[in-house]
Amino acid sequence: MVVKEGLAKMLKHGVIMDVVTADQAKVAEKAGAVAVMALERVPSDIRAHGGVARMSDPEMITQIMETVSIPVMAKSRIGHHVEAQILEALKVDFVDESEVLTPADEHAHVDKTQFTVPFVCGARDLGEALRRINEGAAMIRTKGEAGTGNVVEAVRHMKTMNADIDKVVHMSKAQLEKLAKEYKVPVQLLEKTQKLGRLPAVNFAAGGIATPADAALMMQLGCDGVFVGSGIFKSQHPEKMATAIVHAVLYYNNPEKLAAISAGLKEPMKGLEIPGLEIKMQER
Amino acid sequence: MIGILALQGDYDEHKEVLDSLHANNMLVKTPEDLEKVKGLIMPGGESTVQGMLLEETGLANAIFKRAKKGMPIFATCAGAILLANKVIGGEKWLRLVDMTIERNAYGRQYESFNEDISIENIGVVHGAFIRAPIIKKTKAKVLATFKDNPVVIQQDSILVTTFHPEICDEKHVHEYFVKMVK
Repeated sequence: MVVKEGLAKMLKHGVIMDVVTADQAKVAEKAGAVAVMALERVPSDIRAHGGVARMSDPEMITQIMETVSIPVMAKSRIGHHVEAQILEALKVDFVDESEVLTPADEHAHVDKTQFTVPFVCGARDLGEALRRINEGAAMIRTKGEAGTGNVVEAVRHMKTMNADIDKVVHMSKAQLEKLAKEYKVPVQLLEKTQKLGRLPAVNFAAGGIATPADAALMMQLGCDGVFVGSGIFKSQHPEKMATAIVHAVLYYNNPEKLAAISAGLKEPMKGLEIPGLEIKMQER
Repeated sequence: MIGILALQGDYDEHKEVLDSLHANNMLVKTPEDLEKVKGLIMPGGESTVQGMLLEETGLANAIFKRAKKGMPIFATCAGAILLANKVIGGEKWLRLVDMTIERNAYGRQYESFNEDISIENIGVVHGAFIRAPIIKKTKAKVLATFKDNPVVIQQDSILVTTFHPEICDEKHVHEYFVKMVK
């Protein structure tokens, strides 16, 4: 686990960007991404396209791996351990068992302890995060609502996580044992959360981040870094937006710098309101 | 006061080790921060990102000048790449240490591993090699090797490891560095 969690720790305070081509991967690397997520369609296009969203073509993932020197991640469907096995065989650096793709199993996630490749999984609250960690996830991210360019759900998930952790910090041993049963996780994970006063894994923000201010907001809420999906290459000027978001994660606590970073970026991606959505990916 | 370069990467983990050793420390994000410290830790992370941010913050120049005047530096993994005067598979940045280093030389994450390393003057420590670089050639003093490649080197007041003791509950290398700063 040291080696799997180790890579997650090296990504901290960084930005992971969705890319669909080798050229986009180069743009992301040059702008200062700590890693790229290789996929055929960004979440907003998955929404627009409809149908079943699956693992990307290994050929395009391999192309991206050959193009950049930073870590490359790829997505498998929830519970689809064969897609995860294929991604591991490709030697991608991280697998995202992701609700952005259509789930393959509505009851169980992949047993991630069986893999050498580290996994990142989405969560909306502490219970969900600890269940994923217990299954072997090396890294957690908020689910948010991917492909919307609307940060409201990522904020909700991070604030819920923080509130849950605050409660755990003040709990007695008996209360922790009761909560462990409710969460369906070993009590040791809750004890570790209590001792650390934070999630016992690297925790990134994801789902709806579209501007430097969104990224800085998530960092101020206590995230360790951010994933940006559709937000970069669906904006009017991807190179500028990518660089700006990288800088916003560095200067997340400095409003003057953030003002300068946010200036003259042209149009961010067009956002969507959550209530009108046909599919809520976070509920997967 | 020991500074920890805090542009990107696992700087919180280095801070935790220094805290556990009761060594005064602060995060360094600007050249002004650097003026307040006597020694600097350069953490792991992505050297491409950290290098870019070093330049933009003006820290590249500030660190270079301080290091030339003898400020002790301890660098892990990406930090080592940033210090090298020759980099295979990447740009060179600070050029403070006489070594040729190859990025991701063991391979991708699939090839990452952890190992006990016996270090001269420090002892046996546990370290994680995460997409680690390999030092191919160096004129610095080699304090430890793994499979015939140097993995810990020291050039005057600069200490370099290609692996991460800071994520392995390991304090000895940091203890050694704290003494170097004093």
